[in-house]
Amino acid sequence: MKEDAIKLSEQKGEFRKKVEDLLPEGNLDLCLTCGTCSAGCPATGLENMDARKFLRMVMYGMDEEVTTTPWVWMCTMCQRCIYACPMRIDIPGLVYQARASWPREKRPKGILGSCDMALKTETCSAMGASVEDWKFVVEDVLEEVRETQPQFKDMEVHIDKVGAEIFLNQNSREPVTEAEEMVPLWKILHTVGADWTYGAKGWAAENYCMFLADDKAWEEIVRRKAKAVDELKCKVWLNTE
Amino acid sequence: MRSIIQYYAQWIREGKLKVNSDWNKDLKIKFTVQDPCQLVRKSLGDPIAEDLRFVVKSVVGEENFIDMVPNKSNNYCCGGGGGYLQSGFNDARRKYGKVKFDQIIRTGAQYCITPCHNCHSQIMDLSKYYEGGFYVVHLWTLICLSLGILGEEEREYLGPELKEVGL
Ligand code: SF4
Ligand code: SF4
Repeated sequence: MKEDAIKLSEQKGEFRKKVEDLLPEGNLDLCLTCGTCSAGCPATGLENMDARKFLRMVMYGMDEEVTTTPWVWMCTMCQRCIYACPMRIDIPGLVYQARASWPREKRPKGILGSCDMALKTETCSAMGASVEDWKFVVEDVLEEVRETQPQFKDMEVHIDKVGAEIFLNQNSREPVTEAEEMVPLWKILHTVGADWTYGAKGWAAENYCMFLADDKAWEEIVRRKAKAVDELKCKVWLNTE
Repeated sequence: MRSIIQYYAQWIREGKLKVNSDWNKDLKIKFTVQDPCQLVRKSLGDPIAEDLRFVVKSVVGEENFIDMVPNKSNNYCCGGGGGYLQSGFNDARRKYGKVKFDQIIRTGAQYCITPCHNCHSQIMDLSKYYEGGFYVVHLWTLICLSLGILGEEEREYLGPELKEVGL
């Protein structure tokens, strides 16, 4: 007797149901299994996994494997596969949900710690730079430049200038580990006469809560940063990247 | 929310940032650029990648820019994103990044410009780990170099051939 083909509709795992509810526009059934996604993905082969295989496992209801493979932390959610896929299937969306299904405390410590640090700090800095640290570093570096580079003796850097056109954010790495790297950017803004300010709070550009797949914390961080921009009545929220 | 790269391009077009590539006329140092996934594919698309190239070419000279293949919205991720650098999976991260490393090596460029922090850290690590010998720089460094306003203390990521240029 001929064996029945595996009917995917009968294989529905919990994880698949969940992602189909959350990503209604991404009909996973449309996958042609062509492999274009995995062919152009640098994460292919890591942990013996790849994008197409991961998707098939979701379809087959292999929840245990899908929600425990560390591969989901090795896909950068870069979306190249969506860009290449003829059916625009959102594999990084699945990866995000798989990350979210890990118990919070089991998620990679470095990402978890960075998210928690940002939540604890008014500046949203994942490296824990406080308002005081931040002000001190900016003022210290600025003074040094003004003294040693006469061309820039009048250069200004504002923190909390209400009504400035631009609110500039800054990756914590600069004030914390390589403060001089802020200077070229200041010089450019000074040269063009930009009306800009930093905030004392909410200036940190990074958001690890997003990578941690912690929706609530992610939202909280974004809200706090947006509030800092609104409070200063700035028109443009400018990313240094 | 805007990217500073849009502003750089605008300021150069308006003549507010008078960059030029004369400093590199004789040096002929070759540059490539990493399109950050977050900025290009995931946010602003090919128009911002075009702005980025306009800025880079204005600063280093059209003839000294070599693009990676593939590029822009179709570019490979460097492997620094998504929390990889903090995840502790360093072997996987470097294997992932090998694709990017090979892409950069194929351009033959001595410098890779990275407008994103994660890309900067990751690609620096790749160059060191796989002994690529190329340098990895922020865009603001080169803009100031070209304007002749880059200070001595602001040259951490430049190689020896550029340490003194425009000082
Ligand atoms: S590229 Fe799209 S259609 Fe092809 S296997 Fe991957 S997800 Fe399926
Ligand atoms: S999002 Fe993940 S699966 Fe898709 S191409 Fe990027 S690394 Fe690969």
